[in-house]
Amino acid sequence: MQIGIFSVGDVTPDPTTGRTPTEHERIKATVAIARKAEEVGLDVLALGQHHNPPFVASSPTTTLAYIGAQTERLLLSTATTLITTTDPVRLAEDYGTLQHLVDGRMDLMLGRGNTGPVYPWFGKDIREGINLAVENYALLHRLWREDVVDWEGRFRTPLQGFTATPRPLDGLPPFVWHGSIRTPEIAEQAAYYGDGFFSNHIFWPATHTARMVAFYRQRFEHYGHGTAAQAIVGLGGQFFMRRNSQDAVREFRPYFDNAPVYGHGPSLEDFTTQTPLTVGSPQQVLERTLGFREYVGDYQRQLFLVDHAGLPLRTVLEQLDLLGEILPDLRAGFAEGRPAGVPDAPTHASRLAAASPADVLGVRPLATPTGVTA
Amino acid sequence: MTRMAVLSAGLGVPSSTRLLADRLAEATVQGLAARGVTRAEVGVDVVELRALAHPLADRLVTGFPDATLEAAIAAVTGADALVAVTPVFSASYSGLFKTFFDVLEPGAIAGLPVLMGATAGTARHSLVLEHAVRPLFSYLRATPVPTGVFAATEDFGDGALQERVERAGGELAAAVLARRAAARPEAVVRPGGLHAVPSSVADDAHAATSLPFEELLRRAGG
Repeated sequence: MQIGIFSVGDVTPDPTTGRTPTEHERIKATVAIARKAEEVGLDVLALGQHHNPPFVASSPTTTLAYIGAQTERLLLSTATTLITTTDPVRLAEDYGTLQHLVDGRMDLMLGRGNTGPVYPWFGKDIREGINLAVENYALLHRLWREDVVDWEGRFRTPLQGFTATPRPLDGLPPFVWHGSIRTPEIAEQAAYYGDGFFSNHIFWPATHTARMVAFYRQRFEHYGHGTAAQAIVGLGGQFFMRRNSQDAVREFRPYFDNAPVYGHGPSLEDFTTQTPLTVGSPQQVLERTLGFREYVGDYQRQLFLVDHAGLPLRTVLEQLDLLGEILPDLRAGFAEGRPAGVPDAPTHASRLAAASPADVLGVRPLATPTGVTA
Repeated sequence: MTRMAVLSAGLGVPSSTRLLADRLAEATVQGLAARGVTRAEVGVDVVELRALAHPLADRLVTGFPDATLEAAIAAVTGADALVAVTPVFSASYSGLFKTFFDVLEPGAIAGLPVLMGATAGTARHSLVLEHAVRPLFSYLRATPVPTGVFAATEDFGDGALQERVERAGGELAAAVLARRAAARPEAVVRPGGLHAVPSSVADDAHAATSLPFEELLRRAGG
């Protein structure tokens, strides 16, 4: 079981002080958060990709590579990489490079992005969002698996004799998750390829997440990648902890009430009932989190959102310290009763160990030097 | 069982909007009875939007309905007929009335027979059903019956109102039966195919079991 954090990289005023961090502070804070995540023993850090204020996270591979140089164990991922508006050739190159730089300690999560104007800014149309996700990923999938690609589609210029470099480390393309809140086509896509499916989970009722994950699991089995119980599932989560639960509620309430996504809507009490948000003691967060399995089954990756809504860096780091304290109990709880057939999330190391030499793509030199050295 | 949803956006208690809604509902029940559907075979769900004002505002902010709003939406989208009545605010439907339809999934009431009603303090608003409410239902691809019933305060003292109510109820009853006879073709042929599947499908894994990926690939290729 992988446990980590994900960030959308928003620059939000602290509602208790009115102060807005600078972009520089926010970017550097992201690095500090990543280092703390590794320090407290978390497994995964995932960063978002956005191309509009108030977000600073426009270049995730740059930030992830920098973090990769300052960490040793933390698996670097995204939440999410925009498969719709980013050229799949650039994705193959950027994430392929990151994979080498961090020795395989990465994967990525693809998403569509829901900000309308971003599509035209990148020459795309949001009404084609699903088609873009389908076609662009089909190309990315090939670019990492075929040394020389001839390709023609609707959304980018054709490729003839194209080789995406660098080739995947050890011939193993980065593992891919597909993230979605409510789109069954994306769950279908994840199932078709045998990739991971990440349900955002936060901000929505658990019943909705349960149906989406059940659908993905069923389709994963349909496409012959294993049983439904063996499908690779990730969930989001959201908490605010203090040792005393009343302190947690009191301190978090102004951030909740003014949060960009859900603020000025339901009460904190209603929202914590309706969604996975938990505001309380470490024990309460532990118990709520371990309950997620009851409606999605045993799963592989749990990522928490801890640094949004204007929470100051110091508070976020304190949250990570508290998460670190319950981490052994979380791990023990997730392991308890976990059926033997439920796999861990694939990592570069585990996939390399599992692959027979013949399975490992690209161990051989590039088959045809033409088009590569010309 | 024939399901009828009766939606009232009246704010007062008691409310003349609700009063009109109830009369329209009763006229529809009688219209169905005249066409062979007995009163016992008609189930009526009343949706009072006043009680849903907070959940509707929350739904706008969070993107998901709470349990009470979810039940109200299900009552409307699952109905065979809808009676929808709004007070006139600033020469149009009320914001609360509009908000309820704003949070429905695309296509959620496509093909649904609707009887429109409106109340106002003055007869000067009497065309509001035609210039505001009917275009809304047309956009939603619902099928409002020809007679909409507008009632100014003074109309509650005029027998002509009841004539219009009965005519409208008869039209809605006939529309329900005509749609049933046509075997709900809009449920079979969804314009635009997969892309027009209501997003509520996302909430029903069973309904989404037929999304073969090869088909998605083919569509992506245009």
